[in-house]
This record gives sequence, C-alpha cells and structure tokens, in this order.
Amino acid sequence: MADFDAIVVGAGCAGSVAAYELASAGKSVLMVERGNYAGAKNMTGGRIYSHSLKKVFPNFEQEAPLERRVVTERVSLMSPDANLTIGFRSDEMLKEGQDSYTVLRGPFDQWLASKAEEAGAEAIYGIAVESLLKDGSGKVTGVRAAEDEISAEVVILCDGVNSLLTAEAVGFKTPEPHTMAVGIKQVIELPSAVVTDRILAVSDDEGAAWLFAGDATHGHIGGGFMYTNRDSISLGIVATISDLMANSSTPIYQMLEDLKRHPSVAPLIRGGKVVEHSGHMVPEGGFDMMPDMVGDGVLLAGESAMMCVNLGYQVRGMDYAIAAGQMAGIEAAKALDNGNTSKAGLMGYQQALEDSFVLKDLRQFRRFPHFMESTSRIFNEYPALARDVMNEMFVCDGTPVKPLRKSVMPLVKQVGLLNIVKDVRGGVSAL
Amino acid sequence: MTEFDIRDNIDAFLAANKYEVDEEHAHIELVDEPSDDEFDKLIRVCPGALYKRDETGKRTFDYAGCLECGTCRIACGETIVQRWENPQPSMGVEYRYG
Ligand SMILES: Cc1cc2nc3c(=O)[nH]c(=O)nc-3n(C[C@H](O)[C@H](O)[C@H](O)COP(=O)(O)OP(=O)(O)OC[C@H]3O[C@@H](n4cnc5c(N)ncnc54)[C@H](O)[C@@H]3O)c2cc1C
Ligand code: SF4
Repeated sequence: MADFDAIVVGAGCAGSVAAYELASAGKSVLMVERGNYAGAKNMTGGRIYSHSLKKVFPNFEQEAPLERRVVTERVSLMSPDANLTIGFRSDEMLKEGQDSYTVLRGPFDQWLASKAEEAGAEAIYGIAVESLLKDGSGKVTGVRAAEDEISAEVVILCDGVNSLLTAEAVGFKTPEPHTMAVGIKQVIELPSAVVTDRILAVSDDEGAAWLFAGDATHGHIGGGFMYTNRDSISLGIVATISDLMANSSTPIYQMLEDLKRHPSVAPLIRGGKVVEHSGHMVPEGGFDMMPDMVGDGVLLAGESAMMCVNLGYQVRGMDYAIAAGQMAGIEAAKALDNGNTSKAGLMGYQQALEDSFVLKDLRQFRRFPHFMESTSRIFNEYPALARDVMNEMFVCDGTPVKPLRKSVMPLVKQVGLLNIVKDVRGGVSAL
Repeated sequence: MTEFDIRDNIDAFLAANKYEVDEEHAHIELVDEPSDDEFDKLIRVCPGALYKRDETGKRTFDYAGCLECGTCRIACGETIVQRWENPQPSMGVEYRYG
C-alpha cells in the first residue's frame, strides 16, 4: 500500500486545482510545496482569464482575492522618445466567463491552496521535492523530500517552469535559451483611488492591462507589461533569454528602470513605492518544446509541461495551468478507480488535453514563437515608424504642409514596403 | 568584456523583499574561473542584478538576493553555472505580493 493515492508537487495554479479535484473525488492527496506558503515563490504579470477558474469554482468572484477586473486593454509601440498606444474596451470582454482579473500570487495562491485543503488534501509547505522514487521497471512510485521517502500510486508534477524534476520523470531536457524568457517585475504601491484615477476608471474594482513593444526591452525580443492591482501597480518586462544574453548592453533590470522613467509610464507610477522586486521565467517555445505529459505513474500539468502562450498582446499561462490541473486531477482519480496508474492507464489525461483548448491553442500558435524570433522589426523599426508617422500628423511648426502621402511614404520606404507586407502576412499566418 | 549601460543600483528594491538567507549553503555555484563572455551573459539576464563587475573588473555573485527564477541555469547551465538547486527547506525568497 502506498502512503497516498496521489502526491501533487507544487501548490501553484495547476497543483492546487489538481489536489482539489483528487480530494473532491475522495482520494488521499499530499501536496508538497517548496514555499513557506502557497504563492511564496510565485510571480506572474498578471491577469487571469476567468473561464477555466470558473469551471472549477463557479463562485470565485465572491471568494477569491482578486485585485481588479480588467476593463481596458492598451497596447503600445514604444520608442525612446515617443509612444503610440491603442486603447480598447468592450462589453464583450466583461461578460461572465470572458472577463479577466488582475491578481497577486501571494494572496491568490493561498486561497487556491485553501480550497484544496478544505476539500481534504494534506499540504506540506517549506519543503522541496528533491527527486522521484521509481520501482525496478522505472515507474514513478513517490517522492523524496527533506530526507523522507513518501510513496503514492500517482505523482502529479505541477512544479512550474523551472522544474528540476521533469528530466527524471519523462526525460525532458533543460530548455534552450531561445525557448525561454526572463520576467522581471516590481509591485509599486499607490492608494487605490490614485490608481483608479490614473487609468480613468470609475471605481476601485476596475482595472487596466497594458503591454509595450519596442523600447521597453531596448529593441530586444520581448516587451513590457503593466497591470493595475487594487492598491498597487505591477510593472515589468519579459525578454527572450537567448536574444538578451547575446549582446544587449543594457541588463534587464536597467531596462525596467528605464521603462519606469519613460514619459508615458512615469505619470502612472509617480509617487509610488516599490514594495517588491521579483523575477520568474516564461516558457515561450510553444507546442514544439513541450515534454511528454504522461509517464509511468506520473503526470505533468501547467508550466512544468511548458503550457504557456505569449503573443505580445496577450500572455496566458494561468488559465491553461488551472484547466490542465483540473484535467490531471479528474483523470488521475479515474485511473486510481481503475487500479491502473501505468502510463497506459493515465492516458485519459492526454486525451482530455487534446480535446480541450489547452492543446488546441498551443497547436494553433505553434509557429508564433518562430515568427517573433525572426521579426525583430516589431521591436525596432515599427515603433520608430509609428513615431515618425504620428509626428507627421500631430506636429505643426508653421512650415507649409506636404500631402500626407508624400511625407509618410518615404518613412515606409525606409523600413521597406515588402518587409511590412511580409511581416503582416507572417504574423497573420502564425496566429 | 562588454561595456554595460548601467545607471541604476537596485539593491534598495531587493531590500524591500523578504528573504530567509541560508548563510551556510549557496544554492547556486559557479565554476572556479568563469569566462568573461559567459559572466557577461549573466549580468544581462539576472533580474536581481546579482552578477556584478566593479570598476576594477572584479566579479561578484551574491546568491543571498536570488529571486529563484532559474534564468542563470537556462542561460549558462552548461557553461559556468555549475550547480542550481532549490534553497534548503524554508529558505530563500518569500514573495508577499507575487
Ligand atoms: C512576468 C510574467 C508575466 C506573466 N503574465 C501572465 C498573465 O498576465 N496571465 C497569465 O495567465 N499568465 C501569465 N504568466 C504565466 C503564469 O504566471 C504561469 O503560466 C502560471 O503561473 C503557471 O502555473 P503553474 O501552476 O504551472 O506553475 P507555478 O504557478 O509556477 O507553480 C509551481 C509551484 O511549484 C512549486 N515548486 C517548484 N518546484 C518544487 C519542488 N521541487 N517541490 C515542491 N514545490 C515545488 C513552486 O514553489 C510553485 O508554487 C506570466 C508569467 C510571468 C513570469
Ligand atoms: S536564479 Fe534568477 S535571480 Fe537567482 S541568480 Fe539566477 S538569474 Fe539571478
């Protein structure tokens, strides 16, 4: 007899939901989390798209520690001396199940873990799983943590993007630097009324999401982000590691300080106090970098399996992690009922993922990482072009005006009309 | 060696973070004589600014301020980052916001 039916490694988005489902199905579950509480080691942008959370907790709006509901989207092309922003709001994005909320992972993950514990899961905090136990045939039979060995019929790895265990579990190789990005973020405290006023919202429940391409990363692959919390602003940068490490003369933390001083960002955070400075990676390689998600006695859910999509105007990982955690929990419980947690017995999880938006999306965006990597103009020439065209339109100095066509065409020609057509086509087909 | 464009010191921001520093055990270890080119990569990517070179060219790495992102492992895990482990039980950074 194993000590537990299931062991879940990691109490992040995927882990707590997997443990919740298993416990709700009456299984004995142990959740092992290396942070001293759930969320202690986690950071996100972030905003969570609510659809998958709602499927697990239909009343999450009343229960979860949400910061603000996102009512405005902004996307910017940023050059050092200018910034072109598109703002968007619509009733569609506010509808139940289509809406999204800013979150801070400290409070949010503790709430999520408490749901698993209330359902009957046991949790240990402050201890990392060091390695996996395997039987003679190579089937995963438990975990080793703080010199203890604990056995289970099935182990679910929800240990996130920097997993040190997936190599042992399914032979996953350490990801290449061009498939991963580094994220840096500061939480900047401000009174909630000030945050509300600065984003032109009408109440402290309304929030904004804002993404920046171009100068936020000093022209490197990546971008800046800003999310408003109740009484703070999350401001940060995500940059592809290979590109950043190759030749940037500006380290990522300097880029963030520069972003804070940019004339279109500085007014938002003016007078605010940095209360936390954090770092975390983002998987960016998409479908082609994903490991096997099922092994003998073991499942992978969330970013341990690299389930994340970064499109520049949209970053998603938490909704995938929650959906995958739910499927892993449900399918592991079924396998336990059938008395078969071998790889074949656990394949229901793979099928569930295939049938869901999780793998469908990751497949759909399969070519996007390559497109981003090979289209450096998005981060350099296009922000500059946007600036120059806008300057032609808005700057007035009393010299006789030229027809817009005559002033804009030379600017477009600098970038190359064919390049623009090529990039637009490339982008559209990668989406 | 790259001439870096560094104008800010972010130590005060790290000081706002909560840490349980493990004085006994470094969870990240570099090789003995890391090459300058590889070390420069870590200066560029570490969000905690923990890999530093001072005016005299002296290089330092301070694991105590580690944000536990794993980026140095991905960037230089096959070159100069010899060991990258999770900190010992209950140690390391503790995000209150995240
Ligand atoms: C800068 C940035 C911005 C982002 N923005 C967004 C956004 O706006 N929207 C969005 O949806 N997603 C966003 N993401 C992605 C999102 O944060 C992740 O996809 C999501 O957190 C993944 O959830 P997870 O449960 O797989 O992993 P995590 O939430 O990382 O959880 C993994 C857990 O496992 C624990 N753990 C790890 N190793 C061990 C071990 N050996 N033993 C025990 N415990 C262990 C960790 O402490 C952690 O609690 C962003 C990410 C970053 C870095
Ligand atoms: S894990 Fe991240 S914060 Fe820690 S030293 Fe490496 S790059 Fe810096």
